[in-house]
Amino acid sequence: MKMATVEINDLVKRYRGTQALRGVNLRLESGCVTGLLGENGSGKSTLFRILAGVTRPTRGQVLIDGLRIGVETRRVTAYLPEVDAFYAWMSIEEQLEFLASFYPGWDQAKARELTQFMKLKGEARIGELSKGQRARLKFIVAFSWPSRLILLDEPLGGIDPPSRARIMRAMVQEFRAEEQTILISTHLVAEIEEFVEQVVFLHDGEVALQGNADTLRTDRGKSLSQMLEEVLS
Amino acid sequence: MVATGEEERAVNFDPTRPIYLQIMEEVKKRAVRGDYAAGEQLPSVRDMAAQMGVNPNTMSRAYQELEREGFVHTKRGEGSFLTHENVRIESERTGLAQAACSQFVVQLRDLSLDTATTRHLLQRVEEKVNENGDR
Repeated sequence: MKMATVEINDLVKRYRGTQALRGVNLRLESGCVTGLLGENGSGKSTLFRILAGVTRPTRGQVLIDGLRIGVETRRVTAYLPEVDAFYAWMSIEEQLEFLASFYPGWDQAKARELTQFMKLKGEARIGELSKGQRARLKFIVAFSWPSRLILLDEPLGGIDPPSRARIMRAMVQEFRAEEQTILISTHLVAEIEEFVEQVVFLHDGEVALQGNADTLRTDRGKSLSQMLEEVLS
Repeated sequence: MVATGEEERAVNFDPTRPIYLQIMEEVKKRAVRGDYAAGEQLPSVRDMAAQMGVNPNTMSRAYQELEREGFVHTKRGEGSFLTHENVRIESERTGLAQAACSQFVVQLRDLSLDTATTRHLLQRVEEKVNENGDR
């Protein structure tokens, strides 16, 4: 078995009156892309926020590279929330330069290369970008520094198909299987069928099904989209 | 970033079947068609993954399985090479054709067609295809 980058034991998160996560156990192997699948309100975003160190769990243990969530784990984690936090008045170039100081090992040459690949213009104002272009910019930020863990919460939601295709292609090319681990959630399961190696189906704050995507296909003769439907019914 | 021929050859995967198996089939098909010659070096796992738009680990698994089958050889530090035995590639052609036929037969069985009717139908379709030329 490969080394685990993320280990989650009996994770519970309660908000006022609701239980977002009800005892989740999970292990994300190093060098793996894992798809986190489930409907809205299944607990996906809560799980991301806990891993990113934005929210504290009510109970349970979360380790990244053997460390409890904190300053050190945040230094190796790239978290892309559904809603970005870019400054509308900055140009893409200015935004990237600004962000460079936050991420250890930021590679400006890589950021420029990706900007070009994503067909974005460095001088364009962020406030004038389309949703798809902003989504592409999020990817540039995630892949321009050597993070250990990349957390992508609904990165493909609400954006045009060409942007989705561009992002998927960049991900396949830029993912460093030797050192990185990716956790990606999306309701557009068909888009990521070939990209995820492991899958976790979350339902009502609990893991309903998990495993290697190809093994599950062999056992069930179904696509991940069909498995999700099954989990929900 | 390495430029790859992704645009020119996108693979349509069936999401209900294991992806690594379909990659293996695709590599075999390419060899049978002559896209890769016997003994030729194959693209690296990384490039091939980018080309087909799949996870590099899944690609790596497909290469490993192809190697286990003796269809591909990996030389340490050099890369992966297609088998230099033409016989092996030819037998894959037969294998792929057989797989296509059995799928076809199963589909027709599903429609409750017996062997004689299937044969008859096949013959008629073939005649039609020949009349119209290739496609």
